[in-house]
Amino acid sequence: MSDEEDDIILSELSDDELVLQMHDDLYDGMKEEIEESVNILLDRGWMPYDVLTKALVEGMRIVGIDFRDGILFVPEVLLAANAMKGGMFILKPLLAETGAPRLGNMLIGTVKGDIHDIGKNLVTMMMEGAGFEVKDLGINNPVENYLDELDSNEYDILGMSALLTTTMPYMKVVIDTMVEKGMRDDYVVLVGGAPLNEEFGKAIGADAYCRDAAVAVETAKEYMAKKHNQMSA
Amino acid sequence: MALSVDDTTLTEKGLNAPDVKIGRVLLLACGALAHEILALKRLNNWDHMDLKCLPAKYHLYPDKIPKVVEEAVHKHRNDYETIFVVYADCGTGGLLQAKCAELGVEMVAGPHCYSFFEGNDVFAKTSEDEITAFYLTDFLVKQFDAFIMKPMGLDRHPELRDMYFGNYTKVVYQAQINDPVLDAKAQECADKLGLPLERRFTGYGDLEVALKAV
Repeated sequence: MSDEEDDIILSELSDDELVLQMHDDLYDGMKEEIEESVNILLDRGWMPYDVLTKALVEGMRIVGIDFRDGILFVPEVLLAANAMKGGMFILKPLLAETGAPRLGNMLIGTVKGDIHDIGKNLVTMMMEGAGFEVKDLGINNPVENYLDELDSNEYDILGMSALLTTTMPYMKVVIDTMVEKGMRDDYVVLVGGAPLNEEFGKAIGADAYCRDAAVAVETAKEYMAKKHNQMSA
Repeated sequence: MALSVDDTTLTEKGLNAPDVKIGRVLLLACGALAHEILALKRLNNWDHMDLKCLPAKYHLYPDKIPKVVEEAVHKHRNDYETIFVVYADCGTGGLLQAKCAELGVEMVAGPHCYSFFEGNDVFAKTSEDEITAFYLTDFLVKQFDAFIMKPMGLDRHPELRDMYFGNYTKVVYQAQINDPVLDAKAQECADKLGLPLERRFTGYGDLEVALKAV
């Protein structure tokens, strides 16, 4: 976005200017600058949660909009994500210490037979940025991996990812097994991946198909709000 | 008949149907399959078939494939007795199959060209043990930069390589023809991805089977 990165001394910017600069640096995938800026804001007494939401998440929100609108493409989003990851690495331990709000717990993994994880990793990062605790099972997960972990810990949401036409039907295997075991309705099931679509999500019995990481976050928030409202009623 | 269109044109623009209709069957194909289809036509004297190719670059945006196939079917429907769609599912998540059923045209069986070149049955059995293989065909070897390096940004940001390919363990080059030049190029491709190369001669596999049945 900016052509004058070399002339900017981050530590000399005001808070507002620095946050805007961080949005630019995220957009441009400048990991070192993001790490430096995160540390500057923390040194100035910012709460880790504010650094996360106002600088990093907001910056990635802009990246997400331009990705959706065809202005940015996957390589640029990956560079931005990598920069955000640098910032998150600094903030994550501090967020737990400072009691940042938690919206819910998510289990996520790429299904059996599939080793693709770029989209899943983006979702994981954005969900964490939005205040979800995420356990990532990684790639190539048979149904047992999902069910064992769901049994072992408290989760609100199950996320499954697949990039291949040949592997996406496995999501139904997982959901059907959850139904058989009477545990399907205990979780919100979100699915995503390049060859998927809304019809497929409905057909396999998922709660929602999420076309990108930003949609996954918004969908997860909506379901958590519904759950909260039901519990309050 | 040798193909006078270069691979870049097949990627970007495809190949038009002949101005003067010759055959009674139109093969409506992915540009990535033009060389192989024309070779099969030549080998089998399939003069009843004409070929039109859509730009191979749609593989980078598979969600667009059903729509462009539909448009091409409508455009040529009145000119041919039969239109056969020479695509597999190709990342459309079943939408191309549904579109072809709606249009009343047949298409190649299988998830993608890696599968039908190897033979769908064989591929279905072996692919489970090969989930960490990244497949290349002759066309993809020749158009590696257009399909891999540029759209993935690896030409500009080589540091992204491991984010894309970190989970892969090998490149499998499915050779449709024996050509030492392509073999060398496939090795270059594998080197760029930092993966070992396995060359596997497939010939035309189930593509020939499918076209014979048309």
